[in-house]
Amino acid sequence: MEKIFSHPESLRDVSTHYCPGCGHGISHRLVAEIVDELGIREKVIGIAPVGCAVIAYDYWDFDCCEAAHGRACAVATAIKRVRPQNIVFTYQGDGDLAAIGTNETIHAANRGENFTVVFINNAIYGMTGGQLAPTTLVGQKASTALKGRTVKEHGHPLKISEILASLPAVKYVERVSLHSPSEVLKAKKALKQAFTNQIQGAGFSLVEILSPCATYWGMPPKDALDWIRDVMAKEFPLGRIK
Amino acid sequence: MKVKNKKTTEKVLMAGNEAIAEAAFQAGCFFYAGYPITPQNELIAYLSWRLPEAGRVFVQAESELAAINMVFGASAAGARSMTSSSSPGVSLKQEGISYIAGARLPAVIVNIMRGGPGLGNIAPSQSDYFQSTRGGGHGDYHCLVFAPSGVQEAFDLTISAFDLADIYRVPAMILGDGMLGQMMEPITVRQPVQRKTDKPWALTGCAGRTPNVAKSFFLAEGALEKNNLILQETYQEIRKKEQRFETFLTDDAAIILVAYGTMARFAKAAVKQLRKASKKAGLIRPISLWPFPDQAFSAAKKSKTFLVVEMSYGQMLEDVKLAINGRAKVEFLGRSGGGIPTEEEIIKKVKALL
Repeated sequence: MEKIFSHPESLRDVSTHYCPGCGHGISHRLVAEIVDELGIREKVIGIAPVGCAVIAYDYWDFDCCEAAHGRACAVATAIKRVRPQNIVFTYQGDGDLAAIGTNETIHAANRGENFTVVFINNAIYGMTGGQLAPTTLVGQKASTALKGRTVKEHGHPLKISEILASLPAVKYVERVSLHSPSEVLKAKKALKQAFTNQIQGAGFSLVEILSPCATYWGMPPKDALDWIRDVMAKEFPLGRIK
Repeated sequence: MKVKNKKTTEKVLMAGNEAIAEAAFQAGCFFYAGYPITPQNELIAYLSWRLPEAGRVFVQAESELAAINMVFGASAAGARSMTSSSSPGVSLKQEGISYIAGARLPAVIVNIMRGGPGLGNIAPSQSDYFQSTRGGGHGDYHCLVFAPSGVQEAFDLTISAFDLADIYRVPAMILGDGMLGQMMEPITVRQPVQRKTDKPWALTGCAGRTPNVAKSFFLAEGALEKNNLILQETYQEIRKKEQRFETFLTDDAAIILVAYGTMARFAKAAVKQLRKASKKAGLIRPISLWPFPDQAFSAAKKSKTFLVVEMSYGQMLEDVKLAINGRAKVEFLGRSGGGIPTEEEIIKKVKALL
């Protein structure tokens, strides 16, 4: 009998620390499945962020590196330049990639560094307790914006993927979502493209994943998925950006 | 200046910044990232051609933060790595240095000090002593800190810094000042026997082994304390084995001057003048600032007076007082912000104390 489905080799068989309804578990698994399918487990080096996914290396069963908050693209730049034969990716949340790490992100992208970025956008700071993120929607409440984001005080949600897509050296940018099984499959396809680009030496590739944070959105997990579909994806349109 | 395949006995004229850069190359530095800042710009410019022509990696980073975190990544991947800057830039790097220390990664950081606080000025200074020797960033850690007083010594200590950083898995710092970085002296460019250190912890891909993780994050109960105790054991070993200093005419000295780096050159000149005038002066020159060379002071028991001379308002002074521990008088002469205690000022101060 042909085996058509199993637990990914690149994902440890352990429980995660994530909240019920969190998207990180799905994204971790997608990365692990792709690493297995591309046969790169022994070559891959993942860069874990600071934020909810800080211990992603406890779940992935391959080499991983810590990065200080926001510095993952700087760390990845060096690892990939020193060891171009390896497959290098960063896994970063919105605060990490688009607030404290905006500089590192934009400059690595502008240099056309040949690594892959998995960007988890859940429009909130999770680990520290629901503070305003650069991607928080207008009107969305946060522990540091109790009445919700206002354009006057906080500006508009930062569309970092669109900014990055404007840079000539950026090869590939796609925004995907985890709000339904079919969207998860699309997310996997985009991630696989982003890793394949690196294997082919094509340059900087980024996949932005709209991911639920039921806890700090203050809604049940299913409502959080619907909110991505009905609200968040209106502000952050899905599909290939570049 | 290009230095290629020079015979080891041949002298070349180099500025301190260039000598440190060439030493890094000779020590097998494979990765450098830096950001321009005066007065260390010759160093970054030198490596921008020196490393790539040998197939190694040079990155002009977008910031000091990026540069030190690139060094974190390169070092985690097993490469000998370095960054350099001057005082304000090194302040920015402190976050990354703390992570490097916590993750037990080797790295070499060069600080060609300028005046502070704040943007200060670009004149030579020694006012980053506290920052360099006390860790500098958050957490309980130390950098190995070497303070060369001349260009040849800057070259030699840079090579040692790479070796020792690998052996102890700690960040090592070369602490110079704008004077050392800019001044030119003839030096011998030696090609060292590279001390290879196994790096089984390096991130190379997990082929044939269990996965490695480079990290300074230890959330489980007791895990961080355990990692910190490993660091402390390492620091104890470094304190025992790596104290470096020079003594000059200390055996019969009634007064011993204490100075490091370029300041020690002024102090030594003053000692020579004082000896000509039959004044029994000597000099202790700490070469390793951390570990501080307490051994030099326990050997100098006869002198009843020590005079610490710094281009600061008294930072190393505290370590000298700790080393003397009350058994002799410890006096101080220092200027900062562009002012340098002159030979004449030192002589005048010594004569007043004798």
